[in-house]
Order: sequence, then structure tokens, then C-alpha cells
Amino acid sequence: MPLLSRAAGLFFNLFEPLFRIAQRRLGIGRLGWLFVAPNLIVFGLFTFLPIAINLVYATTGGVNLMPFERPYTGGENFGILFECRNYFDIQTCRKDVFWRAIFNTAQFSLIQVVLMVGLSLLTALVLNRKIIGRGFWRGVFFYPVLLSPVVVALIWKWLLQSQGVFNAALVAVGASPVDWLTNASWAFFWTVFVSIWAHMGFYTLILLAGLQAIPKDMYEAAEMDGASPWRTLRRITLPLLMPNLIVVLVLAMIRAVQIFDEVFVLTGGGPGSATTFIVQFIYQTGFAEQIHLYGLAAAASLVLALGLVVLTLLQLRLTRASDAGQRAR
Amino acid sequence: MIRFLTRTRGRGRMDWTDWLSYGYLMIGLFTMFAPVLWLVMSSFKSESAISQFPPTFLPYTQKLVQVAGHDKPLPLFLTRDETGELRPMAQVRRIGIMATMVDPQNPEQQVRVNINDRTPINALHFAFSNYTEIFGKFRFGLYLWNSVFITVVATLLTLLINSMAAFALSKYRFKGQKTVFLLIIATLMIPPTIILVPVFLVINTVGLLNSLWGVILPAIATPTGVFLLRQYMLTIPDELLEAARMDHASEWRIYWKIILPLSAPALAVLAIFSVMWRWNDFLLPLIVLSRSEFFTLQLALNAFQGELNTQWHYLLAMTVITLIPITLVFAFLQKYITTGIASAGVK
Repeated sequence: MPLLSRAAGLFFNLFEPLFRIAQRRLGIGRLGWLFVAPNLIVFGLFTFLPIAINLVYATTGGVNLMPFERPYTGGENFGILFECRNYFDIQTCRKDVFWRAIFNTAQFSLIQVVLMVGLSLLTALVLNRKIIGRGFWRGVFFYPVLLSPVVVALIWKWLLQSQGVFNAALVAVGASPVDWLTNASWAFFWTVFVSIWAHMGFYTLILLAGLQAIPKDMYEAAEMDGASPWRTLRRITLPLLMPNLIVVLVLAMIRAVQIFDEVFVLTGGGPGSATTFIVQFIYQTGFAEQIHLYGLAAAASLVLALGLVVLTLLQLRLTRASDAGQRAR
Repeated sequence: MIRFLTRTRGRGRMDWTDWLSYGYLMIGLFTMFAPVLWLVMSSFKSESAISQFPPTFLPYTQKLVQVAGHDKPLPLFLTRDETGELRPMAQVRRIGIMATMVDPQNPEQQVRVNINDRTPINALHFAFSNYTEIFGKFRFGLYLWNSVFITVVATLLTLLINSMAAFALSKYRFKGQKTVFLLIIATLMIPPTIILVPVFLVINTVGLLNSLWGVILPAIATPTGVFLLRQYMLTIPDELLEAARMDHASEWRIYWKIILPLSAPALAVLAIFSVMWRWNDFLLPLIVLSRSEFFTLQLALNAFQGELNTQWHYLLAMTVITLIPITLVFAFLQKYITTGIASAGVK
């Protein structure tokens, strides 16, 4: 501890003269720029500059990493992504894995978000009742949220492997073992299940905070009027929770569309491309395959960005509509 | 005791909805913790025990006995002899379905037994060697060090530069301040997944590819952190700063000696988040660190699980070590995390 405080003191002394000089030169007001400078440099270098360069990559071809060494190809990368002989059959597309990934991502997001938000809502409603040890139970559902995606995937991979506990249970009741992760439908099911297992605690927490913000006298009034619990839920709880519910729905959707880590470790996108999602396509096209097609990866990421923009606009729309609804009531 | 447990809504009795609630919560408890518990118990199994089917919850391993006349300890079986009597015997060798067994008490006399007439004698055995051997065999110590280094350094830098920005945005009035704040908040909308290729280019151009700094620097500025700290610093009264300026304190001194100590609770929340983000980070390290000497724990786990003939007893031990810090954070700091999420809506 004394060592730590001495290090902190040293650090303080290192910067003090610098800021003293700057203060004399710039005056107190403009000193603010000096304080935000490190942040702005990092954001500029690793967020804003990349956004611009992404457009360069998407409109250039070749395998060079340096943007100025890449030949301009216009919309060719998008052409490659969207080239299909028959638009009703994914297999006739030049990049059929891209379309498979988009289709998988859409299917995954819809199923996962609906199930997860439903379960989170149910859990939050249960936790909002007068139960003993609410903090403990809330923690129970929250614990997997903190685990790393790799750890989450390995936990389930271990349970689901051919000699794992799930197959042991099947054999114990006389059934035959199942290839949980190498059968396409089961693998898809488990990606949905595992991602819900890992993330529902987060959304439960937000919904629970929303539920606890609903004034208690609302419920007392409803009880006085002899409203049934079901009616109270439909007429008081859900309408008042709607703003939180929308936030949770859209947030979950934005995250689901970007699913990568857990699935990459759990199934590797397989079997075949049954659990390949859009971010994994970008990663593989740009980094994992023998020839790094940066342009194609950038073009695919712009398609993803477009999807995210649409979702964000949807959120704004829904929030405004819900606010208007609140005021009208 | 029973009366205390069942005393819920003051009427003294649990109705069926209460039972249903606790039933649901118990199922939740099982679903959330049983997989982790199973992993932890499995990580203590020896190499032979881990490949057994059906698997057991506790780490059982076959008992070995030292028999006179044999160099190595022999596995022990409960064997049914010709008279139908059960006896513990050690196996010398096995050919096909016949095993040559020997009584440990009487090492001279060997008998041949059909392998269907014997069952292994198991004993509880925690293979702590899984945990010690991974450090020697797989440079696990190096991966652990890389992860710890990235987590600690990145968290310190995150706290420093985000609190500096938050200080300027909450306590100064300067031209363009609003724009700066909006720009920072706007980065919330840009997920790292959609700028993967150009971020890789920037990291490569500044020469940080295959360097731990290439993972640390790109994410030390976080809109979440700036927002969280700024909201907190707004509650610190300006009079404190004015008084310090009267005493000719420099602005850096004000930031370091007044603002930072007073923002400790918000800094603590951000520190916890930063530690979790960095410890669990995967996609950025995956593209930046391709050489194995720079692997973090997450990358090492991913690389190791993809190998053929995965040695699960080592892999599970590594996984458990990786989840220990996060579990400690959960156990002791859960309150800060949950309030942080509930108030800022961020993870």
C-alpha cells in the first residue's frame, strides 16, 4: 500500500508541471481540451477513423491491407455478396455462406430474443413478489452474465459432448445418445439455449428495476377495487413496464444480431454452416481464411451496420410511441 | 423456524402462487449453477476417470495397490471367483476378455478371470495434479500473466483517461464542449464488430499487432465510463473547486486531490466493469494476438479446445482457473454491479 501511494504521488508530480504550464498558456477554460484529449485521440484513432476507412475497404478489392495499395472496385464487393442466380434458392448464390449466415442470424435473433425476454419478464415478476432472500435469487440468475463467453461455451461443450452428462442421462433412461453439437437442428437449439442461459440475468435485472419503480399505491388501489392478479398484471404492471420492455427488447435484439464468441467456441459455426452467424462470416472472410478478403468483410460489416441502424431507428420510434401513449393515458 | 419461513404476506400461510414462485426459483438455481458445479467437479478428475462413461458427479478413480513382485501399482477389482465369493484382486494384465488377477495378500498365486466377473473398486480422489501440471505443460502461467497484465493496465488507464474527460465535461465551460460530449456518447452506437477490419489496420499501422498494448489501447476510452463518471462528478459542489483555486491549487491538483477521491464510488463501479470486460474479452484479442506467446486465457482456452484429442482434464482445470476471478467479483462486489447496471443500463 505505501508503495502504491508513492507510485500515485510520482504520477501526480510527473504531470503537475505540464498542466501548470498549459494552464498559464491556455487559461482555465480551454484547459478542458487537454483533459478530454486522451479520450478523443483514442476514439478518433480506434472508432471514428475506422468508420471512414471501412468505406474505403468496402469499395476496393485485392488482398492488400494498406488502403492506398488497394484498387478501386466500386460496388463490386456488394455485387459479389448479393450475386445469386436464383434469389429463392440460397445455394445458387455465389457467397451462399453469407446468405446462410444472414438467414441464421435472423432466425436466431427472433427466437432467442422472444424466448429470452419472455423468460426474463417471468423471472423479474417472480423476483418482484414478496419472497425471502430476493438479493440471493437475483444473484442466482445474474451469475452466468459475468462469465466469459469462452468459459460459458466450454461449460456447455463439456456437458453436451458425446460422453457427457446429457447422453449419460439418456442412456440411463434407456434412450440412445444424441449428437447434440454435430446434428444441425440440435446445434442450433443449443446456441439459442446457451445464449439465453448466459444473458437472461442481465435483462431480468433491468426489468426488475423497472418493476420496482412502479408506485406501490397503484397496486393498493387495484386491490381495493377487487381487481384479479391477472387483470392487475395486464392493466397496471405491463403498461407501466412498457418503456423498460422496449429498451430490453431492442437491446437484446442488437446484441443477438452480433452474436459471435459463445457460438464460435461452442460449435465453430457448424455442423456445416448451420450455426454460422453474420459476425463469424465477417471474421472468417477477413481474418481466418487463407486469403484475407478485407473488402468483402468490410462490405458485409456495412450490411450488418445497416441492420443495426434499422433496429436503432425502430427503438426510437417505439420509445416515442410509448411515451406518447403514456401521456395520452 | 417453519413458521418463520412460511411467514410471507402477514397472513401466515403460503398460498399456491408462493409455492409456484419458490419452485420456479429452485429450478432457476439448479439450471444456473448445476452446469458450473459439474464443470468444477469434473476438473478434479484424473485422466482415466474423465473418459469414463457414464460419468459420475464426484471424481472417483480406480484404487491402485502395490503388490510384491510388481514395479507399478496395479488396479484393484472386486472379483467373483469359482465358488461365487467376492474378493478384491489386482489385475496383472488383460488379454481379450480374460484378465490375469492376483490376490494382493497372496502375490504368488495368479488366477484368470473373465472380465465380466469383476467390477473396478473406486475411491474418491481429487486430482489436484490437473491444476499444477497445466503450468508446466502449456505455458499456462504465461497466458495467466498476459490476462492479468492486460486487465490491470487497461483498467488503470481506463480509470485515468475517462475520469479526466468526465472532469472536463462536468466542471468546465469551453467552446465545443457539447459537441465533444455528444461525439463520445455517439460511440455507444458503434459496436466494435462492424469496424473490425479497419481497427485491425490501425493497430497494424501503429505497430501494435501481436503486442499486449494492441489489445489494451483501442478500448481504454469507453463512452459508458465517461457517462457514468460525468453524472457522478456533476453532484460534486463547485464551491470545493473555487475554494481550492483561491488557495492557488493547479487544475491538475484539483483533479487529482479533490475530484478523484470524491468520485471513488463511481470509479469503483467502472473499475469492476473494466476488469470484467478485459478479463472476458475475446474478439479483439483474437484478431490482434495471433502468436501463442501473447495469448490471453480466453484465447488459450479457445485454441486448446479446438485441438484434436482435447485433453479435457487439463482444459477443465484451465476453465475453472479462468472463472475464479469473475466468481470472486460476483461473490463480493455483486451489489456494485447490479446498481451500476440498474442506474446506467450498461454492461
